[in-house]
Amino acid sequence: MTLPEYNFAYLDEQTKRMIRRAILKGIAIPGYQVPFASREMPMPYGWGTGGVQVTAAILGPDDVLKVIDQGADDTTNAVSIRAFFAKTANVATTTKTADATVIQTRHRIPEAPLSAGQVIVYQVPIPEPLRFLEPRETETRVMHGLEEYGLIHVKLYEDIAQHGHIATTYAYPVKVEDRYVMDPSPIPKFDNPKMNGSPALQLFGAGREKRIYALPPFTNVVSLDFEDHPFEVQKFKQPCALCNATGVYLDEVVTDDRGGRMYVCSDTDHCETRREEGHHGAGLPISGAQTAKEDAA
Amino acid sequence: MYVAVKGGEAAIANAHRLLADRRRGDRDVPALTLAQITGQLALAVDRVMAEGSLYDPDLAAMAVRQSRGDMIEAIFLLRAYRTTLARFGNSRPIDTAKMRIERRVSATYKDIPGGQLLGPTFDYTHRLIDPAMAGDEPVDEPLRRAREDERRAPRVTDILNDEGLIERDVLSDEEPGDLTRDPTAFPADRDVRLQALARGDEGFLLSLGYSTQRGYGRTHPFVGEIRIGLVDVEIDVPELGFAVSLGSVRVTECQMVSQFTGGGEEGAKFTRGYGLVFGQSERKAMAMSLVDRALRAHEFDEQRLAPAQDEEFVLAHCDNVQATGFVEHLKLPHYVDFQAELDLLRTLNTAKAKNDEMREAAE
Amino acid sequence: MSSPILSVSNLERRYGDFIGCTDISFDVWPGEVVAIVGESGSGKTTLLNCISGRLERSSGSIRYNMRDGRFPDLADLSEAERRFLMRTDWGFVHQNPADGLRMRVSAGANVGERLMAIGDRHYGEIRDTATEWLGRVEIAGDRIDDKPVAFSGGMRQRLQIARNLVTRPRLIFMDEPTGGLDVSVQARVLDLLRGLVSDLGLAVVIVTHDLAVARLLSQRMIVMKSGRIVETGLTDRVLDDPHHPYTQLLVASILES
Repeated sequence: MTLPEYNFAYLDEQTKRMIRRAILKGIAIPGYQVPFASREMPMPYGWGTGGVQVTAAILGPDDVLKVIDQGADDTTNAVSIRAFFAKTANVATTTKTADATVIQTRHRIPEAPLSAGQVIVYQVPIPEPLRFLEPRETETRVMHGLEEYGLIHVKLYEDIAQHGHIATTYAYPVKVEDRYVMDPSPIPKFDNPKMNGSPALQLFGAGREKRIYALPPFTNVVSLDFEDHPFEVQKFKQPCALCNATGVYLDEVVTDDRGGRMYVCSDTDHCETRREEGHHGAGLPISGAQTAKEDAA
Repeated sequence: MYVAVKGGEAAIANAHRLLADRRRGDRDVPALTLAQITGQLALAVDRVMAEGSLYDPDLAAMAVRQSRGDMIEAIFLLRAYRTTLARFGNSRPIDTAKMRIERRVSATYKDIPGGQLLGPTFDYTHRLIDPAMAGDEPVDEPLRRAREDERRAPRVTDILNDEGLIERDVLSDEEPGDLTRDPTAFPADRDVRLQALARGDEGFLLSLGYSTQRGYGRTHPFVGEIRIGLVDVEIDVPELGFAVSLGSVRVTECQMVSQFTGGGEEGAKFTRGYGLVFGQSERKAMAMSLVDRALRAHEFDEQRLAPAQDEEFVLAHCDNVQATGFVEHLKLPHYVDFQAELDLLRTLNTAKAKNDEMREAAE
Repeated sequence: MSSPILSVSNLERRYGDFIGCTDISFDVWPGEVVAIVGESGSGKTTLLNCISGRLERSSGSIRYNMRDGRFPDLADLSEAERRFLMRTDWGFVHQNPADGLRMRVSAGANVGERLMAIGDRHYGEIRDTATEWLGRVEIAGDRIDDKPVAFSGGMRQRLQIARNLVTRPRLIFMDEPTGGLDVSVQARVLDLLRGLVSDLGLAVVIVTHDLAVARLLSQRMIVMKSGRIVETGLTDRVLDDPHHPYTQLLVASILES
């Protein structure tokens, strides 16, 4: 019997060409979901197979790759994907946003602004922004084709009617170049404004759902809203407890079982860079009693 | 001072080391050989080949061993290998009429040319755990019929077809679709549907097939014929000008004779449901043929109300590698999105508390 | 206006050998209510579905007088134009309100959907318009955030009507709009419909097997049998002095029952 062998960078060159064609089409029609013949990958569907295929198709030997999950370079799945490419493509890897040429991400956009020449690859679980309003692919494709997007505003209307707010906090739908409504992947809506006019190339890969879409540099990306209920991003009351950063997305860390919480940067590279630069946060967790006092104030 | 958790890399390496340890188990017990797995857990190997859609018993056995017997994990391993393989060519369609039959049963005719043949079946065994399974008792050699005994065994559906009582199979020279090479577009054609079902999860198809029997898209099925055996795989070699055999594969084929239709010029005819699976898996082939027929509802102007008749539903959800990945991805960190939801919930509740306070004050 | 809003000529719909409807020609004028009556199986619903673009015709022409003055055959419009027409200039009231409503979103969103579909992006204004329309169909404003599943049959039907009228359409198709309602509720819905139709100057094509509904709402009547028109005329004339034996039978059976 023959023992299995795997190709360099896992995907064969034919497959990479097929994926690149889909990417080019996506770039030519920003926000349009291009069907592509997604391959079976050696990691499970839903764990970044779309992003991995896109990254595999665009990666060259000189690229420097950064992989984040939830903003962090050291979450297990990010580690696993980075190791996959270090092994199969033998590329340099980094945790520094500024040093990376390709950044594969799940659920976040780095805090440091991306620059021209960088590519950010998003892992996408459900690429269809209309899916939970209309489960049928045959129908949603017609809706995109004819720009029939009333239904998505029905959802936003309903949020406001029921909750007083638009209750979508992540995977918040956007309109691209005033044409296609697009799912930005499950990033918090905090990150939505970073997509607008970014000088970096943004690619989106959904492996299980077999779709690729793209935002070329400097694309106009607008989060859907109402004139009298404009889109707003989350605001945090306190700065990062480690690096004192404000205006960044924070993770809530439960520090004890008595209600103690602290808030730290979700973007670990951003946090570390700031600390290296000499920024210091309050450091210690807010105790349960203090949290309660603050809330009462 | 709080320090963010680090060390994903080391944790992963250690976890995999522990996995390898558990997979091997007690070192005093000899490791499983591939021959043991292919020989003694043959149906597990068959299922992995069928749903992994790659016919290679040794690789499938390795996958079964590597996955510690987790079938879907083994299927996944085989699939991820299959996708890297270069395509050298397409075989000619296999001809199940020329199958070297090991088992063949029909529920529609008592006797058929070529005869009924029970073969290696669990049917009519009493499901009592056999104490012999705890040891290694000698097993009798099977009885074999003489080679010349093998008669031609025409397919039961061909017999019905000769009488004009069943819809004609449509012959086509069109290249069949391949959902592993092209994104599936809906509505899909039957070739792509059959491919999806052949790779689909046995349990999912079993439940769907079962649901059609319980009234969710009835098809009034009869097992025209199930046959299991070896068929030759041939490939055309242009340089030679004729087809050469690459070897043979074991397949299970089920032809379901279903709800008749029509009455117009052609007269009423039974309709077909088709199932074909690598290896020996009657359950899967039968379930597949039920679902295939249910998915053809629109061809016969039947109302499509049941899940088994809903092409987008069935095709989008029958693949267990996709399903397990997406279900299991929920254990990946989602704390960024969860944080966003937490914030919103707190905001909503603060707003409510304020409203309640104001209302109380007003009262 | 000197031309009809909808003009149907030589329309035919076949299902294989079976004739759904054939040899159908008639015009609908702006502000006019035309009732299509017949027993079940007479082809009236097939006809309604064909002219409202919900079912493909086998042959014939259906022309519509657009707001911009064009008078094209519907088949010559692009899919996008047809769908736009359906959600702005036309309405369709189903017999079963659940077919025409989103049962799991609020009444306000049901009424507001068409406004959002044509680009309204001001929540407060959409809500005000929805409230106004709920009022016009006699649904209390404080029910605006309730879902139709919590509504009675009559309320659902009135909500469906409001949802259709919010974009000020010019032509409404109705398929047995009171067919699923209790007799006591029917009267109220019919009364409301009659008021709205005359206030808004709507053209309506209504399919019904109920001659009383036809008499109350329509000015003109088309009687169908076995897929063909057997008689047309002013509603009062047809009902008081039916010419065709089949119409005579229909009218007589109503009087007897």
